[in-house]
Order: sequence, then structure tokens, then C-alpha cells
Amino acid sequence: MIEIRSLTKYFGEHLVLDRVDLDVARHEVVCLIGASGSGKSTLLRCINRLVEPDWGEIKLDGVPVDDARFGKTGLQRRVGIVFQSYNLFPHMTVLDNITLAPRKVHRMARVVAESMAMETLALFGMERFAKAYPEQLSGGQQQRVAMVRALAGAPDVLLLDEVTAALDPELVGEVMDVIRGLKAQGLTMVIVTHEMGFARDLADRVCFLDGGRIVETAQPEDLFSAPEHPRTQQFLERLLQGGRL
Amino acid sequence: MIPKLDDTPPPPPRRRGFDWRTAMVPGLIGAGSIVLVFGFLGWLIATNENWPRIQLQFFNLDHMIAAAPKVGRGFLINMQVWLIALFAIGVWALLLAVIRSLRGPWFAPFRLMVVLYIDLFRGVPALLLVILFGFGIPALRIPGLPNSGLFWGGMAMVLSYSAYVCEIYRSGIDAVHEGQRAAAHALGLNEWQVMIYAILPQALRNVLPSLMNIIVALQKDVALLSVIGVRDAVREAQIYTAGTFNYSSLLVAALLFLLATIPMARLADWITKRDRARRLQVAG
Repeated sequence: MIEIRSLTKYFGEHLVLDRVDLDVARHEVVCLIGASGSGKSTLLRCINRLVEPDWGEIKLDGVPVDDARFGKTGLQRRVGIVFQSYNLFPHMTVLDNITLAPRKVHRMARVVAESMAMETLALFGMERFAKAYPEQLSGGQQQRVAMVRALAGAPDVLLLDEVTAALDPELVGEVMDVIRGLKAQGLTMVIVTHEMGFARDLADRVCFLDGGRIVETAQPEDLFSAPEHPRTQQFLERLLQGGRL
Repeated sequence: MIPKLDDTPPPPPRRRGFDWRTAMVPGLIGAGSIVLVFGFLGWLIATNENWPRIQLQFFNLDHMIAAAPKVGRGFLINMQVWLIALFAIGVWALLLAVIRSLRGPWFAPFRLMVVLYIDLFRGVPALLLVILFGFGIPALRIPGLPNSGLFWGGMAMVLSYSAYVCEIYRSGIDAVHEGQRAAAHALGLNEWQVMIYAILPQALRNVLPSLMNIIVALQKDVALLSVIGVRDAVREAQIYTAGTFNYSSLLVAALLFLLATIPMARLADWITKRDRARRLQVAG
């Protein structure tokens, strides 16, 4: 479904992504792991063109993501993203946050957009927060709203950029449950995470990035129990020592 | 005293009832020292041998009452200009700020135009602009353009102030977190929609205290229009002074300006305080 070929990105002189190749099949969940600065988030943001790569190509169902066929907003409709810091609009209610894109970008009538939003909120048990403002919610609730917002355009692919990293530990679970539910529904997801338990639990495949390259890709049980590449071994070793594995 | 752990929790500390002594003493000291210091200053002024002359020239009640109607009517013009200019500046500066904040190579010439505009109108004294516009443009007698000095003087004020207000708006736009822009773009909003729905509402909330400050400053700076012959409060007071050689009329005008600006300044303080409370609440 997603084909990435020789993706290369510089920030100034700094090489962030170095000839990355990655394929993601429909209904597959791929986790990207690696140290900070290894390029995982940049790779994710290239997929929905928040970051423009310098070289290489990304195709969605065979069509390059910068192709005119997607039009101005077609790509954003098919690829949703959720950020580490939620990035909800603080001046809008939960409902307005969710319906902004359906109303303004996809030209949906307000009643229709709102009833759809309420349905999705109800699915996550959040309908009572529809009229609340983001600052009145806990981090976990805000992140779940951000997920509903990203799902409002019924995307084919969901990108998750360290969505649990800013949460208090006891709030991680509620967000994980939502993601598990989405996997059960067969949603294609690319997930950047620091939570190895998360990757082990959810991923069909795990990619370890180091220095802008994918140095190892494997099934989670293989990668975590018998990593092949020395950099992966080193990375997991360090996590083990830090008590995070 | 340290409460024992196996006991029931210690009761909440008893709130002491209102104690007149503790409440009154600081208040009395404050009031007493104010009376003392200001009384002393007042005594210095009143016993000065020049005081009767000062009083006659500046605080002459008869002259003040005589000048009040005309100065008051002039002051209404000041307030009208203020309100209209306020609205025009708010809109025009916002447009400039939005243009300056638009990204993408196609907007480059427009961004440059705004930068030049700000350099030009912020770099030239407002007084000079008022004279140049208020006298100069009506003198051209271009058909189709208004000939009123009031209109062109007001226009000069709007152009000059907009340069400052544009920069205030822009600082507010820049202060909106980059993630907000990313989130809006990721939802498929275009550059204008990102600005209007995601960035501007937050930016305006950010800069409201600074804007209030500018509004108070503008409220008195509209008196600049008196130099091009607009019969506002200052001009009327000057005319009175020219006929009577008494300056009390100017103090009437000053009083009127104070009556208008001080409540506005308090309002600005209140908005700033409320804004800070809101921020602290969000941060905590």
C-alpha cells in the first residue's frame, strides 16, 4: 500500500534520512523504533508531506504522494496523523476540533459532520466531552480526541508519532486500547514509538532506524529476542539496562 | 506539631475571624503616610509666592467653565476619530500581518511590500505624516479624492499606527506553536484556512494585552490632528488661549483626556491580569 524508495532528507548539512526503503502492506502495522534523532519522525512526516524529502519517492497505492491526482487535500484525507503533543486547537471545542477538516476541507454539512463525529466519539466512550475544550481534558483524553480528529476523514493509513510519549504512565493504557481497537479493524498504521512493549504487542513488523537508515526489519518477537544487527543489539541492550524493556 | 499517623487526620486549621486590629493598622499607616507626604507637597505649592499666579493662569475656574463647551465639543471629535481609526487600524494591520506571515515563494513580493511599508511608516514621525497628508494631499486638489484635512490626517494616523500594530499581530502569530500549523496542514487545510481557523484566533488572544496598550496610546495621540487645523479639544483650547491669554482651557482638555484614558488603562490592566491568570491555569 505504501512504497518508499531511496528516501533521503537533509536538514541543512545534516543527513536525517539516508536512502530509506520501506513497504507497508494494507492492514499492516509497522513500528519504527530507534534512538532520538535517528530519523523516525521525519520518515513518518514525509509520508503525508509535512516534510518534503530531497530525494526518493513515496507511493500510496502506486501513486506518488506529490502527484497532482491527489489534488490539494486528497492525500491528507487518506493519511491521518497523530502527534506526540496532541496539537489540538485550544480555542475550539472537542467537536469543532474533529469537524473542522470535514466541514472546511471536505465540504461536509455541519450536521452530518457533527453526527459522524459524535458516533466516533461514542465508539471511544468520549461523547460526554464533545463540548469541552482541550485544556479541560487529561492528556490521555486529549490524545484520544486527536485520534478521533485524525480518523474523521476516514483515512486508509494512520501515522502515529510517539503518541504516548507525553502521557503520564497511568494514561498510556487508554490510548493503547484505542490503537489496539484500530488494529483489530484492519487499519493500516505506521507507528513511531519509544515504548518497546507497545511495538512488541502491536506490530506486525518492527524497523530499527539508526543514523537515518533502516538497519534491521523483523517480526517483533525475532527483533526483540534475537536482534541480528550490532546496532540493534546495542540499542536494546541499553534499554534493558535502563529497565525499559 | 507533628500529627500521629494512627490518629484520624488533624482538623483543618481554624480560620481566624475578622480582626479589626490587624486589618486596620496597615490601612491606617498607609492612609496616614499618604496624607503626610501629599499634604507636605501641597503646603509647599500653596505657600509658594508664585502659586496665586499659577492658579490664575492654569486653574482659573471662570475660564475653565467658559472654555468647557467648545473644548468639550472638540473632544467629541477626538473620540470619533479615535473610534474610527481604531477600527481601520485593527483591520488594516491584521491584513498586513497575515500577508507577512504567509509562507510560500508566491507570496514573496507581498511579504516584501509589507516589510517596506513597516520600515517606512514606523520610521517617520507620526506628526510629520499628519502634516504631510493633512495639508499636502488636499492641496493637490485631485478630483475624486476627499479634500478634508480631517480625513487625510486621520489616514496618516491609521497608516502610521498600523505599522506598529502589524508587528504586534505578527509577534502573536509567531508565538503560536509550530505543531498547531503542522496539525492544521495535516488535516488538509490550505494556507489561508490554516491562518483563519487555527493560527489567528490563538494569535489574537496572545496579543490582546499589547493591543489594549496601543488603544490607550492612540486615544490621546489623535490630538496630533490639531496641528492641521482640525478643531478638536486641543485646537479649541488653543483658540481660547489665544483670545484670553489664559491657559486654563488647555487644562480642561487635559482633564477630558484623562477622564477617557484612565478608565481605558484600568481596563487594559484588567485584561492583562485575566490573561495571565488564564495562562497560569493552563500551565499548571
